[in-house]
Parts: sequence; structure tokens; C-alpha cells
Amino acid sequence: MALRTLVTRKALGNSVAFRQQLRGLQTHTLPDLPYDYGALEPAISGEIMQLHHQKHHQTYVTNFNKALEQLDDAINKGDSPTVVKLQSAIKFNGGGHINHSIFWKNLAPVREGGGEPPKGSLGWAIDNHFGSLEALVQKMNADGAGLQGSGWVWLGLDKEMKRLVVETTANQDPLVTKGSSLVPLLGIDVWEHAYYLQYKNVRPDYLKNIWKVINWKYASDIYEKECP
Amino acid sequence: MATAAYATPPISAFLTSQEGFRGSTRGFQWKKIERKCLRKAGPPKITAKFDLKPPPYPLDALEPDMSRNTMEYHWGKHHRAYVENLNKQIVGTELDGMTLEDIIRVTYNNGDLLPPFNNAAQAWNHDFFWESIKPGGGGEPSGELLELIIRDFGSFEQFAKEFKAAAATQFGSGWAWLVYKVNRLNVGNAVNPRPSEEDKKLVVVKSPNAVNPLVWDYYPLLTLDVWEHAYYLDFQNRRPDFISTFMEKLVSWESVSSRLEAAKIQAAERE
Repeated sequence: MALRTLVTRKALGNSVAFRQQLRGLQTHTLPDLPYDYGALEPAISGEIMQLHHQKHHQTYVTNFNKALEQLDDAINKGDSPTVVKLQSAIKFNGGGHINHSIFWKNLAPVREGGGEPPKGSLGWAIDNHFGSLEALVQKMNADGAGLQGSGWVWLGLDKEMKRLVVETTANQDPLVTKGSSLVPLLGIDVWEHAYYLQYKNVRPDYLKNIWKVINWKYASDIYEKECP
Repeated sequence: MATAAYATPPISAFLTSQEGFRGSTRGFQWKKIERKCLRKAGPPKITAKFDLKPPPYPLDALEPDMSRNTMEYHWGKHHRAYVENLNKQIVGTELDGMTLEDIIRVTYNNGDLLPPFNNAAQAWNHDFFWESIKPGGGGEPSGELLELIIRDFGSFEQFAKEFKAAAATQFGSGWAWLVYKVNRLNVGNAVNPRPSEEDKKLVVVKSPNAVNPLVWDYYPLLTLDVWEHAYYLDFQNRRPDFISTFMEKLVSWESVSSRLEAAKIQAAERE
């Protein structure tokens, strides 16, 4: 009995989630994709989707949970230097988790409406702010291609100004780092891991093709919720 | 971009003294030289272009640790694009004819990057990277380099640990470096006019995207590219495996040793 308790505790003790539960800390888990890995082909290969979701996103989740646990420890101990030191890991891994969770919902297989232009109020707003959907696509493609290193290109809503914006963020910075009233409607990952196995060095081709599987329905829903 | 609010000294002002770019570059203005009527005035001016240097070994020479496929893209596409885009950006500007190192220092512009910086620094970084590795590399350094590593890190193992950690924890794209540092302060742009003997030491640093330690006035000795394009075809998401392979199978300690020797000579000449 004692041995079993020990074994169980050891097995559980290795799990960050278990330790965090003990303390009432909310842990994060990798969300399921709302479609199969291969469902976005040929725009994005199944191999890319699988690695991107199972490896990259999982690593952000794991490291975000670890950092939050360390943060909790540090706060309980009143260890301010550690609290401050953890901010970069929280921003990077927490941002990675937030951004990818949105990204999966921004995509949809063609047979489920991927690539269908936005309708309703978001469609109007895009025409109003950018002239046309094509002009918006062109702007996001240019900004995404021009982003040095790793990062994201966003279509966001400034919910105070009731205005659409195109922004880029570096690394895993979420859109909110560019303004507290910004809500992401659509984020495109331009890290090399998002396209390299298929598009290699040609990021513009990836950007051109991703529009074929963009889920405008999701972006429209968020827009209508924030801007009724 | 720099604004016209500052008086713009001629670019030669930055080039005449040895102290050169260690002073402020705030006044540098990024602009094209007017070239009207150039054709009528005589034959077109021949401008110096940077060449894409091939790595000092065949593209398949690092197999299986770094595949030919990776080399063909990394050198043949990425590195090539940095060089070609730089040449396009600088033709007819005040940067045309400057050394690559000087272009990097000027366009770093105290961290407020001017447009050619990324291409210039990446062109330099990749040249430096190809010469940091070799077929049958890895192992441990020897001689004075090893002595300094032991002096400044405690042991070779401790150095390797710090270097690997720097490479693994560079968030996003960037580079890990071993540098010879002769200035005192440990922040970018901190220029110490009178470093003492104890300021001279080996340190490990990391840099984001295209940035390299030349802009902090350090002497780079070794670098590892941790942009995903450097390893994705061979290692996918497993950056730590790429870093270990680099340390165990690829590093050219001969290159690092000769760079250290050159850095010490240059540092002594500055005093």
C-alpha cells in the first residue's frame, strides 16, 4: 500500500498539472484542432499542421504552465526578482499559446467554408477601411513578408475607436501588446515553422495560399460580438 | 529612418578616425545620392558589389549533421537573398563602397535600424557562420583559447552549457555567440574608452534576428544560427538536438582560435 502510494505520488508528482491543481492553479491544455491535420491541404500540408500543433503549440503550453507554477511559487515567497525574471518566459510561452489557439480557429478546410470572403458587417468594415478585401489581403501579405525574423501579422479591431487595424507583432507577442483595446480577428503565423517544410524560403507563396483556407466566419463572429 | 532634423555630417566623418563608429551615428542620414545626368556625364560609375561567398567546403560535406538540402536552401537561397537585396538597397547611396562591417555599424543607428541593416548584418552573420563550422568539427578547443575559456567560464563544460542555453533560449529568430569583449559595461552601445585588463574576457551573448555583436563593439569568435531555417529541414522543432549536433560535430575550434588571435591584435592596436 505504502509502495503504491509512493509510486502514484511519484508519477503524479512529475506532472506539472497535478502540482498546480493541488494549489488551485489554473493549468492550460493544448486545444484540439477543429479539423484533421490534412484537411487544409494543399494550402498547408498535414505534416506542417501536425508538427505545428503537436510539437510547437504543445511546447508553448508546457512551458507556459511551468512558468506560471514558478510565478506562483515566487509570489508566495515574496521573491520579487524571480517574479520579474519570469515575465519574458510568460510573455513568450503564454503569447505562443494565445496566438496559436486563435490561429487554429482562423483556418478552415475549403469544404467547411475556408476561403469564403467575409459577409455582413465585417465585410462592409473591410471595404470601408481598406477599400476592398483584395487591398486588405495585399497589405497583410506585404506586412507579413516584410516582417524580419519570427512573428505574426494581424487583422485586429480597435474596439474603442471601432476601427480595423493591420499590425505585426514580433516573436510570440500577442496583439494586445500593440494596444490594450485591440482584439484579434485574424492572425497569420509567419514563423518559419508555419511554412518551411512546404514553402521553404518563399514566405510570400505561403501568404498567398493561406487565404484559401482562412475562416472568415470566425473573424466575423468576433467582430459582430465586439462591435454589434 | 533618420530625420532631417539633425545636421548631417559627411559620411567620411565617420570613417576617418579609428574611433569611427563607436561615436554616435544619430546624424547619419539614409538617402540616395542624386544621380541625375549621370549617363550624359560619362561612363556609369562602377560600384562595388558584395559577392555571395561559398562556404569553405562542398555543400554536402557536413552530412549527415547538416544536410545538403539544408545547405542548398540556407546558403543558396537565404544567404544569397540577403546579399542580393543588400546590393540593391545600397547602390547609389552613401553606403555604396563601404565595408560590410561599416555598413552594419552605421545602419544599426543606435538600435533605431536603418533599412539595409537586416540584409547587411545577415550577409555578414552567414559568412561568419559557415566559417564557424567544418566537416568533422566539434570536440574541444586547445591552447590559449581553452585556457581563456577555463579562466572565464570555469571549465569547457560550463562554457558549453552556457552557449547551448543561450541558443536554446533565444526567443524567436536569432543567433548565439561567443565573443571577446574588451569594454567594461554589459549593455549595448556601452563604450568604455579605457578598458582595464580585467574587462577583457570571453562571454556568451545572444542576439535577436539579424543583430550581431559588432554593434556592441565586441569581437565575435563563434556563432550559431538559431533561425528556424537553419535547422527545420533536418531537425524540425527540435532546436536542442541541432544545438548539440553543432557543438559535438560541427564547431571549427581552429576558426575560433584564429579569430581570438586576430581580435587580441586589433584590441591592442586600439589602446
